[in-house]
Amino acid sequence: MSGPRTPGFDTLALHAGSAPDRASGAGAGHPLASSAHPANALLEERIAALEGGVAGIAAASGQAAMHLGLATLVGAGEHIVASRALGGGAHHLLAHALRRFGVDTTFVDPRDPAAWRAAIRPSTRLLFGEALGEGGLDVLDIPAIAQLAHEHDLPLMVDASLATPSLQRPFDLGADLLFHSASAFLCGHGSAAGGVLVDGGTFDWQAAHARSGRFATLCEPAPGCNGMVYSEESTVGAFALHARGEGLRDFGAALDPHAAHAILHGVETLGLRMERHVATTRRVVDFLLSHPLVASVAYPELASHPDHQLAQRILPRGCGAGVSVELTGGDAAGRRFVAGLRVFSRLADGGRARSLVVHPASSTHWRAPAGQLAAGGVGEGTLHLSIGLEEADDLIDDLKRGLKLAGKGA
Amino acid sequence: MLLDVHGAPVYCYTGGKVFDARLPAIVLLHGAQNDHSVWTPQGRTLAEHGYAVLAPDLPGHGLSGGAALTSVEAMAGWVLALLATAGVERAMLVGHSMGALVALEAAHRAPQRVAGLALLGATYPMSVSAALLATALEDERAAIELVAAWSHRDYLPGPSAAGPGVSAMNVSRRLMQRIGERAPPGLLHTDFMACDVYANGAAAAARLDCPVLFVQGRHDQMTPPRGAQGLTGAVRQARVASVDTGHAMMMEAPGEVGGLLLEFAATVLNTAAQ
Repeated sequence: MSGPRTPGFDTLALHAGSAPDRASGAGAGHPLASSAHPANALLEERIAALEGGVAGIAAASGQAAMHLGLATLVGAGEHIVASRALGGGAHHLLAHALRRFGVDTTFVDPRDPAAWRAAIRPSTRLLFGEALGEGGLDVLDIPAIAQLAHEHDLPLMVDASLATPSLQRPFDLGADLLFHSASAFLCGHGSAAGGVLVDGGTFDWQAAHARSGRFATLCEPAPGCNGMVYSEESTVGAFALHARGEGLRDFGAALDPHAAHAILHGVETLGLRMERHVATTRRVVDFLLSHPLVASVAYPELASHPDHQLAQRILPRGCGAGVSVELTGGDAAGRRFVAGLRVFSRLADGGRARSLVVHPASSTHWRAPAGQLAAGGVGEGTLHLSIGLEEADDLIDDLKRGLKLAGKGA
Repeated sequence: MLLDVHGAPVYCYTGGKVFDARLPAIVLLHGAQNDHSVWTPQGRTLAEHGYAVLAPDLPGHGLSGGAALTSVEAMAGWVLALLATAGVERAMLVGHSMGALVALEAAHRAPQRVAGLALLGATYPMSVSAALLATALEDERAAIELVAAWSHRDYLPGPSAAGPGVSAMNVSRRLMQRIGERAPPGLLHTDFMACDVYANGAAAAARLDCPVLFVQGRHDQMTPPRGAQGLTGAVRQARVASVDTGHAMMMEAPGEVGGLLLEFAATVLNTAAQ
């Protein structure tokens, strides 16, 4: 008598525990490894939940997440208004790479609402800035810029990498879209590269389209998808649907699921780590302020910072782990200072467990013209510190070592 | 698809296919402070299987114009007018929550037009607590937070039933916020009042002559299954299906709910051979 045939070894190796869903015909509801791997979906959903957004999309890097967000909204002949206080990668993408594709960007002083307003054109499709700038130099006034954007039927997208949802939730403040370099605090350990784009579900694309004709890719039949209208498929998730359905597939900057796994491990301790990052940063800032060789310290919690009052309002839990320092001895002293450090790594990838130091003028911002650097508060001698999770006393000792060497050449 | 009912524009989602009134028709009616987009996965499934899908935004909701209707009876009359406008003589009506009451009342009013009823998250009476009604009136945003939390199965969300990377609870929250932003103040309260005061449910259920499928979320806190006994007991041809979800069952178990509707449609619309 023959019994029922049981699956063989190789069939079990492929399917056991994730049998294809017979109703939808898809394996566990995730049809394409490139656009919807379960590990990526878990990361995406977790970040969407932490940010209060409707959907997340994992990308190969923070830069890829940014590009995916921009490319979902802008095309040739269209325009972006961006804060001029951006990291080197974001600046180059907007100032040079996207221009080759016919997308123009106007850079504005992020603290000047009139400049944002004046830069908006009929072809503008979004406003963009970093929620918290590198080196603690800038805090974006999300409520004010979001209101201005919405008055013009435009969404506001922010880079939320350096504040993280543990310190600030941009959607609660009025932003509509955000992205993270997940390689930074979300992962937190420098063990994986990735990015996450999040749709807040707050922007009414259909209302804006009805008034101005903008956002046709979201609100008119998509020729490549049997005439599907993204905003009709999903009233509040049209942007995410389009970014996944078109951008992630067509541009292909999907996140390696192994990296998603590493980033998820980091996210589990994000809240704890950010508390510690902030507490240690406050101690380091206090030390730096007390040292005679330090000409100035920029950290938004300091009353001397131009965004101090704003930061108290929209970053009350802490202003991250980025600090900028100017030494009395200028550029030369800065170079000696860095050479004297033994605990701080000379690396540009902020937001890690390890403390880092960079000299932006010669590293992260070397492509940017000097005038623009100065306008963003970055001088030739400016140093950016990213405060990690080491013992605060050890970091302060290390800074003393660096300052001692910096002082020797004076 | 845009239609005109009583002089106001009506948006209907048609499941990604051009609406064809010659095909067996299925009408999908959303609940309070929602719109057609709660039906996207099921609408697509049904349209793919050859049904003419009509998922309207009720008046004053989403993309449809006109003022919000203030009673289940008025909404039922409006649905029948919509069917006439769309050229649909007979259809299977599917409703969720408030939409279930509307479907029930419409079937009661025009039994010849209704081949079968699928009532999802239906209770009768569909009482809304005085506290929630008051909150909806005084602070709609706070009421939306409560409804979003009560509409989902789990305190902590499970893996992506609504699609990869989607936060189902945040979709519910943002959708209700958006519907509120587009409407004059007080829509949630208006919808809740319509549910709360509807008094014809038991009589309508007792007089139904068509097959009725009840779909209940085992963890539904908005319309708990025990509140459906007055309906399930009164209906002659009732089938009760239970899914492992909260109130937002179309999003929490999209495939299972779609499968139940598909199976029911094959029976009541005599399309089993298709």
